[in-house]
Amino acid sequence: MIELPEEPALITYFTAGHPRDVDVADVIEAFERGGADVVEVGLPFSEPIADGPTIQNAITEALDGGMTPDRYFEAVASADVDVPLVCMTYYNLILQRGVDDFVADCKEAGIEGVIVPDLPVEESDELHEACRRHDVDLVFIVAPTTTDERVERIVDRVSGFLYVQARLGTTGAREDVSGETYEALDGLRGYEVPKAVGFGVSEPEHASEIVEGGADGVVAGSVFVDGLERDGVEFVEEKARELKQGAVEGGDS
Amino acid sequence: MTDEVFGGYGGQYVPEALMPAIEELEEAYERYLDDDEFVEEFERRLGDYGGRPTPLYHAPTTSERIGADVYLKREDLLHGGAHKLNNALGQALLAKKMDKDRVIAETGAGQHGTATAMAAAALDLECEIYMGEKDIQRQQPNVFRMRLMGAEVVPVDAGSGTLKDAINETLRDWATNVEDTHYVIGSVVGPHPFPSMVRDLQAVIGRETRRQIQERAGRLPDSVVACAGGGSNTMGAFHAFRDDEDVELYAVEAGGSGLDIEDDRAPHSASLNVGEEGVLHGARTRLLQDEDGQILESHSLSAGLDYSGVGPELAYLVDTGRVEPRTADDTEALEAFHQLSREEGIIPALESAHAVALLEKEDDLGDVVVVNLSGRGDKDLDTVMQESALADDGSMLREEGDR
Ligand SMILES: Cc1ncc(COP(=O)(O)O)c(C=O)c1O
Repeated sequence: MIELPEEPALITYFTAGHPRDVDVADVIEAFERGGADVVEVGLPFSEPIADGPTIQNAITEALDGGMTPDRYFEAVASADVDVPLVCMTYYNLILQRGVDDFVADCKEAGIEGVIVPDLPVEESDELHEACRRHDVDLVFIVAPTTTDERVERIVDRVSGFLYVQARLGTTGAREDVSGETYEALDGLRGYEVPKAVGFGVSEPEHASEIVEGGADGVVAGSVFVDGLERDGVEFVEEKARELKQGAVEGGDS
Repeated sequence: MTDEVFGGYGGQYVPEALMPAIEELEEAYERYLDDDEFVEEFERRLGDYGGRPTPLYHAPTTSERIGADVYLKREDLLHGGAHKLNNALGQALLAKKMDKDRVIAETGAGQHGTATAMAAAALDLECEIYMGEKDIQRQQPNVFRMRLMGAEVVPVDAGSGTLKDAINETLRDWATNVEDTHYVIGSVVGPHPFPSMVRDLQAVIGRETRRQIQERAGRLPDSVVACAGGGSNTMGAFHAFRDDEDVELYAVEAGGSGLDIEDDRAPHSASLNVGEEGVLHGARTRLLQDEDGQILESHSLSAGLDYSGVGPELAYLVDTGRVEPRTADDTEALEAFHQLSREEGIIPALESAHAVALLEKEDDLGDVVVVNLSGRGDKDLDTVMQESALADDGSMLREEGDR
């Protein structure tokens, strides 16, 4: 199961199979060297409705390059790391493999958590059960529109960490931290589960500000997907280090 | 949570950001679709703006050739030229009630986009329509119509540039602007309550048909035939007959250019006929997908049927045996397009031509048959002219024309 550190955490995302010529395990290992505390490895689905253009394009390229769930599990299992891994994917891929089989395959590949952006808490009974059976965390997203009543339901089910969506819309790197982020964090203060803020985080200053606002960690994805394509795994390690440091500085102030 | 369960199909598989809006919509749907004042306004507007009731027409030449009484439910005569206005107007009125001042929609054939643009203009709502690049190319007249009525048409080039891709992009817009925007889904697809709500808004088709056929034929039909893309004209035509066990219900999907699946493509759109259960666009339903669950690109000559999924209730009714799934392929639909034009003086939409084509293929439709003519074919003239040119040296179209 996922254990976030005492100090502010960095959670990173990339899409398995993008860029095509980069080894999945190499990326995961670079993230670990850069100080990431959790690595989300995206399993590409053909209809990524929660993702913005950067990750959409990465997914298209990964699928064109032949990434499949079988290859994904194989590639992830070959990474030689201690950093906890999370599988991020859409529900149809889980359903077609068989919900229990999917989670069992995650466990076997060394994946400790699952996050499914098109699965609201109401539809999560089966996956929740399977995750409990296999000791895998099920992470849920809280959005700026989520009502207090829904937060209760989500917090009831979530484990590992709560993914706080910083703004409405899809994934993608942004210039600033939205005001909604602080409001959301204020509203969640009473809950013990660790809170990680994502959607738009791309710079160390964002990470600092978000941690100052009360988050236990930050999630960054598109910035890595973009950089991987441009500069390869060296970028990943470097950028992770910067963001981690930004988060830690936010915790010191 | 899912109030209406279609034998395990349906549900609400959407990002958390949309769930509050969907809960709000559920409340509005339950409150207003039973509210006399709302229903009265909806029906009045469908009448004096939309032109309802639409006629039920006895098609004499077709009837004689087939050897059965064939009636066409003339949704092609509804304002805008397709059944789509029933739904778009109802949802635009609901958007008003929910204080949303912007509506968005996906469109394939451009008919739903046109209907939404009309409703938005009539009710003073801001309107943006997402449409696949490929569909923009093949349904030009509708793109102009939407723009004329003040809607912004946004091209979508992801995937194969068809309906599925347009829905993805509209969902993304909705997840961004959900606070002031209502998503007018164009068919009986998507998360609950859309499939039930769109069916209820379209059910006027079947209610009128049931009354009209009793007046005209003195009895219920032996069968009702409708084409199915997402399935809104289908569910709309069928709903009033669901408990009439002697009335057979036929849903005709696009057989495209063949029913086999090759590589990542399904050269058809026959999810009811050969699809497998899965989750797409917010609902569990039957889909065209590979064994991993990646969605396959569909194909049909008609943009409005070119979709990899289908409404969850329709999938359920096929599973229970209440609805018979059938297909008509591109060639059969084209033939029906020409034949109905020539024999009856009615140019059907290519989508509707798939339903008409079943008359030629199915032997036991009975003595009294209703075909839901979901739309008119003006938007398809370019496509048909191109196909006719391709077929020009001696193929079936030429022979058809010469006969
Ligand atoms: C004339 C017409 N018929 C049928 C359809 C298919 O939609 P549905 O299956 O929801 O009725 C469309 C869709 O664009 C259409 O324009």
